Amino acid sequence: MALTKQEWLALEEKAYELRQLCLNTTYWAGSAHIGGGMSVMDMLAILYYKYMNYKVEDPQWEDRDRFILSKGHAGVALASLVCHVGFDDKEKLKTFNLSNSTMGIHLDSNKVKGVDASTGSLGHGLPIALGTALAARVLGKDYKTFCIMGDGELDEGSNWEAAMAAAHFKADNLISFVDRNKCMIDGRTEDVMALEPLADKWAAFGFIVKVVDGHNFNELAEAIDFALENKSGKPVMIIADTIKGEGVDFMEDNFMWHYGAINEEKYELAKASLEKHYAKRVARAEKEGI
Amino acid sequence: MAGGLTYTAAESTAFSTAEIYGKALCELGEKHPEVVALTADLGKSTKIGMFGEKFPERFFNVGIAEQNMFGVAAGMAKAGLVPFLSTFSVFASLRSADQLHTDICYQNINAKVIATHAGTSFGQAGSTHHAICDLAVCRSIPNLTVICPADGLETYNAVHAAYDNFGPYYIRINRGFDRVLYDSSDYGFEVGKAVTINEGSDITVIACGSCVFQAYQAAKFLETNDGLKVRVLNMHTIKPIDKEAIIKAVMDTRRIITVEDHNVIGGLGSAVAEVIVEAGKGCAFKQLGIPDKFAPIGLHEDIMSALGIDQNGIIDAVREVMGKDFELDDDWDDEA
Repeated sequence: MALTKQEWLALEEKAYELRQLCLNTTYWAGSAHIGGGMSVMDMLAILYYKYMNYKVEDPQWEDRDRFILSKGHAGVALASLVCHVGFDDKEKLKTFNLSNSTMGIHLDSNKVKGVDASTGSLGHGLPIALGTALAARVLGKDYKTFCIMGDGELDEGSNWEAAMAAAHFKADNLISFVDRNKCMIDGRTEDVMALEPLADKWAAFGFIVKVVDGHNFNELAEAIDFALENKSGKPVMIIADTIKGEGVDFMEDNFMWHYGAINEEKYELAKASLEKHYAKRVARAEKEGI
Repeated sequence: MAGGLTYTAAESTAFSTAEIYGKALCELGEKHPEVVALTADLGKSTKIGMFGEKFPERFFNVGIAEQNMFGVAAGMAKAGLVPFLSTFSVFASLRSADQLHTDICYQNINAKVIATHAGTSFGQAGSTHHAICDLAVCRSIPNLTVICPADGLETYNAVHAAYDNFGPYYIRINRGFDRVLYDSSDYGFEVGKAVTINEGSDITVIACGSCVFQAYQAAKFLETNDGLKVRVLNMHTIKPIDKEAIIKAVMDTRRIITVEDHNVIGGLGSAVAEVIVEAGKGCAFKQLGIPDKFAPIGLHEDIMSALGIDQNGIIDAVREVMGKDFELDDDWDDEA
């Protein structure tokens, strides 16, 4: 179902605040994986502000929906998110990446409230998410498991082991995303290790594949609504076409911003760029929203 | 203390070590609905398939995909299940080492790896299927308890102990039939506590796994033929290691030999040496094991013989160490 204009605008506001928080955190830390943090941010916003069931006062609530960020290096985005939704104090983000902080680059699920898995080594998230989804079946629970993978990490064979198993075990309570920003550390995905035809690959592994604009809340919502209704026995893979560094013009679509440092000058430029980006996004929601 | 199985020695020889594991796991499955089992196309070989026959809805064969198996188990454990995973030791410790390290041990979750075909017990399969560095790998991963049972009934106890204690466990058991050391499971098995198999004051042989039985045979032979009193310690838990039993053995006998079906680098012998050196107690010391080379192909007993980790090899080593001119140092602090 399409989002109402009001819902869409509310999500744009959350996403803007989250991007600001992610930028601030990167600035406070001096550097972070900001490029992939910005590309994944709209998915995080819509999951935590529209779809997922969780209780910030009870992070281990056993019936909560689970979220696994397989691209664990986007911890700067997830840290911003868990603080924004209220699992922890936003002030804590000022310790991100600093010595003795509970929040390192790759978040530790035993230290950061609201984080369901310690990820960072790539290709681990989908297997863990599949196990979480299968556990729901054994335990007779109806929570959903969401997993976001990076596109570069799809080079890891373990993802495809999990893909085969998710289809085999008919894990239709597992909803996965690829943050398809087309960049990895050493270059563009298609130059380093070609992934295309990516949708065909997931379909061949037994997934129902939805390809959407990962920065369009309406498209994301339609895909997630479909996945939540899906009882076909097939798992759903949402390939979210995204832009690395989305919202910060000098970072956008530039693999050099996989991990980057932010000084005061860059911080001011980025802040201004996010403001403009938000205005554009609001205008689109006003125009396309119903 | 688990103490459920009370087979006689004769009865327990009817079951391979893995079959006793399978039985123990079925008992756990019967009592505890949160126990689940995973394998990577080795349900039959590892005997975890016995659980699958009884509890098909709690059994997950992920195909030949060990990395995925460990990740899936991690997700299950995080959700409140108690997964038991079985594949061959060489794959459990190496093929999926990253997942064991990160998903299981870093997250410190309640998953139990029961790794079969340990050491050179799948001898004829060759080095691709020998696990000669699993203890070294597993011993150096934080949060992981590492156990190498001596026979089937000890495996039974170890599997129950793994369920009873929260946290990641790695238990390596042999392929096929182990020589029977215990005629009952009621001998006081406790994680982290060595079992004295033979009392002795002249020298101590510290062994694990299939080498314990061999050490015991060697001790009996040496008592009859050489008049030597050989203490034999079954060091079933490699981590956390029983420091107290090691230091006591050093103080009492001042001659130590370690025996293991594993590379001499990083396994039981290394763990014992670390304890001795840290304690500052010099003693005569010899390690028996796989001498940092790939083992030959053959029957397990033939490989053990070729490597000198069987009864004869241990007898030779004891005689060698007893023959060494080892000076006792009167300045030792015997209260350590």
